Amino acid sequence: MIAHLSRRYLFSASHRLHSAEMSAAENQATYGKCNNPHGHGHNYILEVTISGPVDQSTGMICNLVDLDQCVQREVLSRYHLENLNMLQEFSKAVPTTENLCIEIFEILQRAFSYAHLDKVKLEETMMNSFEYAGGRELTPA
Amino acid sequence: MVYLTRKAEFAASHYYHNPAFTAEENQRIFGKCNNPNGHGHNYTLEVTVKGEVDPRSGFVVDLKQLKEVMNREVLDAMDHRFLNKEVPEFITKIPTTENLAIAVWQRLAPKLHNARLHRVRVYETPDLFVDFYGEE
Repeated sequence: MIAHLSRRYLFSASHRLHSAEMSAAENQATYGKCNNPHGHGHNYILEVTISGPVDQSTGMICNLVDLDQCVQREVLSRYHLENLNMLQEFSKAVPTTENLCIEIFEILQRAFSYAHLDKVKLEETMMNSFEYAGGRELTPA
Repeated sequence: MVYLTRKAEFAASHYYHNPAFTAEENQRIFGKCNNPNGHGHNYTLEVTVKGEVDPRSGFVVDLKQLKEVMNREVLDAMDHRFLNKEVPEFITKIPTTENLAIAVWQRLAPKLHNARLHRVRVYETPDLFVDFYGEE
């Protein structure tokens, strides 16, 4: 019996949306306020969904402590209270929440081996959020 | 493929009534929602679009444009309105949350160009919501 489990985490980071391939005017037109050279910050909410068969003896898909430790070590310690533009993965790619969502999925895909990684959802504000499932279609749930 | 969801809120009133039913039937099926003076909700709308991330901008869709389309096509028409009397779809259809989700989809789908509409979710209250994924 396959079950799906989601867990939420919070981190705060700053970013500036600016593409080196665009002119100043084009950057301004594309990113608006987000192009402010000094950057700005968000409280991001990260929702990680995993799935797998429920272990008969524990009643669990996997130990949540393992998931928490992995997310803490690989994601939160990397991004919490950082300026995203300063990080190697955003030296070329623009740190939009789309790109950050994909990056976090790929980090966890490599690092978390106790269950299948279904999806990463990243809420940038209360009003917008992004989801990435490794390029797979999201099935209506 | 990345999915982006944007929320918006609007307040509107409605009541449920089917002219094909008798007064008793309307009362039995719709209960308190049949009160012709209407009642209101704070609706929360969630619009999810999908697409590939543009390698230049890092965006799936320009959030500002999506917000403008949602404002123009949905909120301007429905916020602080009596749905039965002021929104054309509901002159003939009952403004249930189901029909509201379908109406929002039909208003938005033709106006979105760079990303495809994936899901419209309408919360009537925090405990009740409807998802519509287009004709399946």
